[in-house]
Amino acid sequence: MSEYINEVKVSEIARMADGIRERVLAHTLKNNGGYMSQACSAAELLATLYGAILSLAPLDQPLAPSLFSGVPARSDKDILDSPKINFETGARFHGEKRPELDRLISSPAHYALVIYAALIESGRLAENALDFFNKDGSTVEMIGAEHSPGFETTTGSLAQALSQAGGIALGRKLKNESGRTWVFMSDGELQEGQSYEALQAISFYKLNKVRAIVDVNRGQCDGPMESVMSIEPIALRAKAFGWDCVSVDGHDIEAIYTAAMAESGKPRMILCYTDPVRGLPILSEREPVLHYLRFTSDSEREKYQLAFQEMVTKS
Amino acid sequence: MSFEIVARPHQQNFIDWSADKPEVLVLSADLTNSCEVGKWRDTYPDRFFSMGMAEQNMLGFAAGLAREGFEPWLHTFSVFLYRRPLDQLQMSVAYPSLKVRLVGFLPGIMTPGGVTHQAIDDIAVLRAIPNMVIFEVGDATEAESVIDLAHKVQGPVYIRQLRGEVSRIFPKNEPMIFNRARILSEGEDFTLITSGIMTEEALRAVPLLQSKGISISHLHVSTLKPFTDPTILEYLNRAKKGVITMENHSIMGGLGSAVAEVMAENKISVGLKRIALNDTYAHGASQKYLISEYGIDAKALVEAIENILGTKLGIEEVDLSTSRIASLHSSAKVEAL
Repeated sequence: MSEYINEVKVSEIARMADGIRERVLAHTLKNNGGYMSQACSAAELLATLYGAILSLAPLDQPLAPSLFSGVPARSDKDILDSPKINFETGARFHGEKRPELDRLISSPAHYALVIYAALIESGRLAENALDFFNKDGSTVEMIGAEHSPGFETTTGSLAQALSQAGGIALGRKLKNESGRTWVFMSDGELQEGQSYEALQAISFYKLNKVRAIVDVNRGQCDGPMESVMSIEPIALRAKAFGWDCVSVDGHDIEAIYTAAMAESGKPRMILCYTDPVRGLPILSEREPVLHYLRFTSDSEREKYQLAFQEMVTKS
Repeated sequence: MSFEIVARPHQQNFIDWSADKPEVLVLSADLTNSCEVGKWRDTYPDRFFSMGMAEQNMLGFAAGLAREGFEPWLHTFSVFLYRRPLDQLQMSVAYPSLKVRLVGFLPGIMTPGGVTHQAIDDIAVLRAIPNMVIFEVGDATEAESVIDLAHKVQGPVYIRQLRGEVSRIFPKNEPMIFNRARILSEGEDFTLITSGIMTEEALRAVPLLQSKGISISHLHVSTLKPFTDPTILEYLNRAKKGVITMENHSIMGGLGSAVAEVMAENKISVGLKRIALNDTYAHGASQKYLISEYGIDAKALVEAIENILGTKLGIEEVDLSTSRIASLHSSAKVEAL
């Protein structure tokens, strides 16, 4: 695994990132709402992750999303010795699990729309999957759960993924698996105490194949994080808990890749500092509350329609 | 009491049981010796994981390990398994129905540690959680045999476990049976249903009541969820004068509530008296003191029956405290009791 990424690959990932923004904006226009700023901030992060960093099994072709087939549950009739629950998770979009391959646990389930777009861009999810977004009976849910494409755990109640990934990484270590366990996080969930319990335990058990990659967009539901509850300096916090931590420009594909692939013999956190309106400057008119975009008037919607056309022309 | 007292029934039993099960792990939150797994840790150091005082994370780690094919057995006090990390228990463990075993010690008022350590609503809370199976053990035999049952459940299990000096009420060769009450005595007027340590407490009063001519069926229940045992329905139907439940738990949402649900759904029209903590927290004191203070002891059982009958039976407190109970040797001899 090289820390070097060539120019051809970088431009390919840049195209994926553009595609993520376009797909999310197109969807937002069509449905008069969407998690737009998360696409603007995390497009390069997720494109680099799916396009270059993660070592996943290939798929023969993009998979269609399933219809929701029920919640995971054992048989009620035969509680003892009932057959093992084979609940199909959204990890199937990451290809077959193998000891030497990576796993990705996505924590901020509110990024679901962006993650679905990233899966489409990386050829893992069918092109038309967003037509099923937030539709009754579909697994392409608004806030992803473990049946949703790209999700393996249920993490809409934030800050639980890092602990679960720690358990997965510990299990893989006990089985002598060589693959890494990645966690995609958002900065807001570092306000939760459980995040620090997880950091200390992953460090204590030297689960050095855990990699957390964080979209530090500095925004949350109520507005800018510094006005809600500041968490800086994140890097110092992570390091104090025994992690390696590196901060990069979250739109610099080469920097993200290099930081992610470096080996240091410690669990590693990559802080991607991002711009929540990157690629869609008119979104800044809505600052400081960017969590969810819903158009307030037809004229506003037209402005975004125009921005979409510019976006498509440019890319 | 004349029951054999078993010292730490869980400790060695769990070690022996785990020997041929490499997938079984223990996760502990700084109460390792208090939960009788210190020796387990020393026997299987590679399968023991100290998670520190960080239960939310412990539930998440357990979920991840279970997803990788391991069977984590979490050992800590009951309160720290469900009250503090409830959302983690629900979203990380219960929703995906993972094989995580929550071994909760010191349920109800069994600890002088006071309100912070007393799990008085665990059954109520956990009964409402889909996929959860709940066991409560009443003696050393059940403390040993509950392990086998929990191991077989495809999904999360919560055990109200006993530690320290534990009476052996039920014969060692009569293990706990899933979703099946033990019938401790047979009678026509009252059906008494008890769980956990309340069974032993009730056994102080039942022979005295019988000696006064009271006809009682006494059932001991160890599977609290699911609550679909046909034996229970059969004995509820039999009660002519009333049904009494007795539990080391809040009056809301536990055994008494479960019995009330069964009675209502099956149109069983005799009265129900629930002996339980009457919607109150408790405080730090001995078990003996607390069950008396909160009216969940043998005396409360006698009074409940006196109230239903509208007459005093002449059973004194001193009779209850000196009451001797013969070991229940076999369910085949039930009628002789």
